[in-house]
Amino acid sequence: MKLASMNLHIKNGRVIDPANGIDGVSDLFIADGKVLAIGAAPAGYTADLSIDATGLIVSPGFVDLSARLREPGYEYKATLESEMQAAMQGGVTSLVCPPDTDPVLDEPGLVEMLKHRAKTLNQAHVHPLGALTVGLKGQALTEMAELTEAGCIGFSHAEVPIEDTTVLLRAMQYAKTFEYTVWLRPQDAHIGRGGIAHAGPLASRLGLSGVPVMSETIALHTIFELMRATGARVHLCRMSSAAGLELVRAAKREGLPVTCDVGAHHIHMTDADIGFFDSNARVTPPFRSQRDRDAIRAGLLDGTVDAMCSDHTPVDDDEKLLPFGEASPGATGLELLLSLALKWADDYAAGQHAAGASPLARAVASITSDAARVAGLDSGTLSVGSVADVCLFDPAARWTVQASALASQGKHTPFIGYELSGQVQATIVAGHVAYQRAVAPR
Amino acid sequence: MTLPTNPSQLDAEALYATLLAQVKTGLAGVANVAIVGIHSGGAWLAERLAADLGLLPRLGVIDVSFYRDDYAQKGLHADVKPTQIGFDVTGATILLVDDVLYTGRTTRAAINELFDYGRPARIMLAALVDRGGRQLPVAADFVAASVTLPATQALVLQRAATGQPGQFTLTIE
Amino acid sequence: MTTMLNPQLNKHGELQHLLTIEGLPKSIVNHILDTASSFVGISDRDVKKVPLMRGKSVFNLFFENSTRTRTTFEIASKRLSADVINLNIQASSASKGESLLDTIDNLSAMHADMFVVRHAQSGAPYLIAKHLIDTRQAHVHVVNAGDGRHAHPTQGLLDMYTIRHYKKDFTNLTVAIVGDILHSRVARSDIHALTTLGVPEVRAIGPHTLLPGGLEQMGVRTFTNMDEGLKGVDVIIMLRLQNERMSGALLPSAQEYFKSYGLTPERLALAKPDAIVMHPGPMNRGVEIDSAVADGPQAVILPQVTFGIAVRMAVMSILAGTQG
Repeated sequence: MKLASMNLHIKNGRVIDPANGIDGVSDLFIADGKVLAIGAAPAGYTADLSIDATGLIVSPGFVDLSARLREPGYEYKATLESEMQAAMQGGVTSLVCPPDTDPVLDEPGLVEMLKHRAKTLNQAHVHPLGALTVGLKGQALTEMAELTEAGCIGFSHAEVPIEDTTVLLRAMQYAKTFEYTVWLRPQDAHIGRGGIAHAGPLASRLGLSGVPVMSETIALHTIFELMRATGARVHLCRMSSAAGLELVRAAKREGLPVTCDVGAHHIHMTDADIGFFDSNARVTPPFRSQRDRDAIRAGLLDGTVDAMCSDHTPVDDDEKLLPFGEASPGATGLELLLSLALKWADDYAAGQHAAGASPLARAVASITSDAARVAGLDSGTLSVGSVADVCLFDPAARWTVQASALASQGKHTPFIGYELSGQVQATIVAGHVAYQRAVAPR
Repeated sequence: MTLPTNPSQLDAEALYATLLAQVKTGLAGVANVAIVGIHSGGAWLAERLAADLGLLPRLGVIDVSFYRDDYAQKGLHADVKPTQIGFDVTGATILLVDDVLYTGRTTRAAINELFDYGRPARIMLAALVDRGGRQLPVAADFVAASVTLPATQALVLQRAATGQPGQFTLTIE
Repeated sequence: MTTMLNPQLNKHGELQHLLTIEGLPKSIVNHILDTASSFVGISDRDVKKVPLMRGKSVFNLFFENSTRTRTTFEIASKRLSADVINLNIQASSASKGESLLDTIDNLSAMHADMFVVRHAQSGAPYLIAKHLIDTRQAHVHVVNAGDGRHAHPTQGLLDMYTIRHYKKDFTNLTVAIVGDILHSRVARSDIHALTTLGVPEVRAIGPHTLLPGGLEQMGVRTFTNMDEGLKGVDVIIMLRLQNERMSGALLPSAQEYFKSYGLTPERLALAKPDAIVMHPGPMNRGVEIDSAVADGPQAVILPQVTFGIAVRMAVMSILAGTQG
């Protein structure tokens, strides 16, 4: 019997499907790798496999807008196998990877190879972003049409600022020709160059060179001007400041075709979490002030921030156990995405009494339907007929973030040692159970 | 010399008078004498002796914190005071003064410290009270009283804050 | 949020590493200064040593070149009868592959008792201290001899010792720090020490390009006009201006800097008549300070050096006596 044609019945779980406004205890019926029905069993349906999801939440598999798989080129930091396993354990069934691999994803052959490698693992769907310029050097345009044909869902400049504004203008004009989305980090090429922490009183005290908020806002002004001139659609990656979010809010009101995301860590951490120079808190963009973090939390609630992502960046010990300024920036995130989304719901959204969907449903939306919409993917929902990517998770299960609990080769996060809520029990990709948490013997 | 006395009957001022008389006799005719008191009780006694013997220009005070042998166990003492030796140690006959002579370790430390200042001709030791319990071969040249005390008790010299000179009292803690 | 506790103090509240003055209880700062006064007299003796650290090994681990600081630590260690090993680790040998922590592990295996560390990165000594605690080597102590822009605690302490020596009471002083405060670990340590010891007014004087944000939160009043800033001041701490500042678009030239921010006799006269002039050294004569002032009666720059040895002896002897 082929895996894809297995009839899978998930029963008694609380089904949360924000795209379709579903939130209640129900059954889910899967056949031929697709969602067949929610609620009553379709006539003549017999399940090949039944999963009892009592006490669990049944949601669309998570869509992660940024996860570094470190292939090609950085295999010493992590491999496709380990990181795809991490995605499964984190409930992530679709992920977008940035083009800053080695070599950079600027040639169709590289993209095809990556997609092929990922496909053979039968785990998450991998959607690469192509490089906006050749080698991410900020000079020559890449073959965007060819790259899209190879599987790229958009074009990004990863964390490398484009110095020549004319090049960015041309890239956006060209992308607009084919209605491709340009994914950009709003950071000025020079202001805050070499900075390693949020430019504020804390960085001053600790003697750390700072990245001012101005680096983000100046870049945003430039990007919005270029959008007005070209009409290009832009997705802003990893917003970090209150001032920046205010500019996005205004741009959306104006009607510019812009979306933005935040890294899951940035919803919770501030520059104070650097503590005594903890290099686990060395990330980019840096964790900013409490005011900025609060604006990010509020932005998720009012829709200014369209989605949250893990910004998964595996960094090994050799590159983290260094003085703060020498450590490589980045934190592991695939296996924390769910817990951090739930933590936002618990810590913040629950206290805001906003009308509409429950905080939990909002949190799920930010990592499923909203994220999919941003990426232009046909995922993140349990709509009848859609590919059956499903996540079963226990929102109340507590777990401690430690190296042994993580499948990723990236063991560094400022949440190390924390106890978090929310644990994936099973991950289903295209109707087949790709991951199931080992149950402890009773 | 002196018979063991009941510690609760000690009259510090009377003992000082005894010590002063002994020292006066013992140092009669000796050249190049200097008096060095071990901080803090010994320093008070030395001050009084120097005044009574007309030797104030040859008075020094020593803090043995940097020469103690229990630094590895106890760390640096919380209350270190500067050592002040204003005269040339080399060739001097130094009367080292302490309030209570016990194990002898403080005396050993003080002697080591003095030798880092120069080469004395002679060192003599004066103590107000000898409570026995020596752990090193150290003996006082001048002692006003001998007592025995359990190891858990300490004999402490105090000096009144007012009065010129401040009155001495001995208490058991 | 970090799970690392303040690594400077052990669980009894005693100093086991000296990493920064920030967060040190006032009692510990005063204890260091008091102990230092006992060490000052040692330099005048025949035998300029005390046996406190006899048999202990002090490793001077300098990742950033500094002959003068290294020398004063070496003198201080030797006056405590310790054995001193100097390691100048240039950037090139670090790039040969050995990480900072590997270097520490290797030296610990050679039974180091104390590391005196200078590093270009803010926070490097914390990494070392945390590593020693994690690997259960609580008997090995770390002294921060300067980390990036963050702290130079022994300089801060010797500056306080100097001020105490000349001015006695901290609680009625106005102290001005002049120069490149943005890049200065000395300035940061001085600011923390002054506020801890209760100095009511601490001033920072410099052009906007050299004043970091967040000084007000550290308890400092900022001035960009030096004449204004020096009025009625009791203590002036001059900072060295490094040549790199001119190439980083922070300042146009040394001549212009001297015109607006150099300490000349005329400017010195704006301060109190008995004001003292301090400088951590080495001085750039004619750039931040006029020779007439540097060699004048109000300068206490050379006594700072003498006090520096006593203060370092105090720090090292207090640390070496602390159990883990």
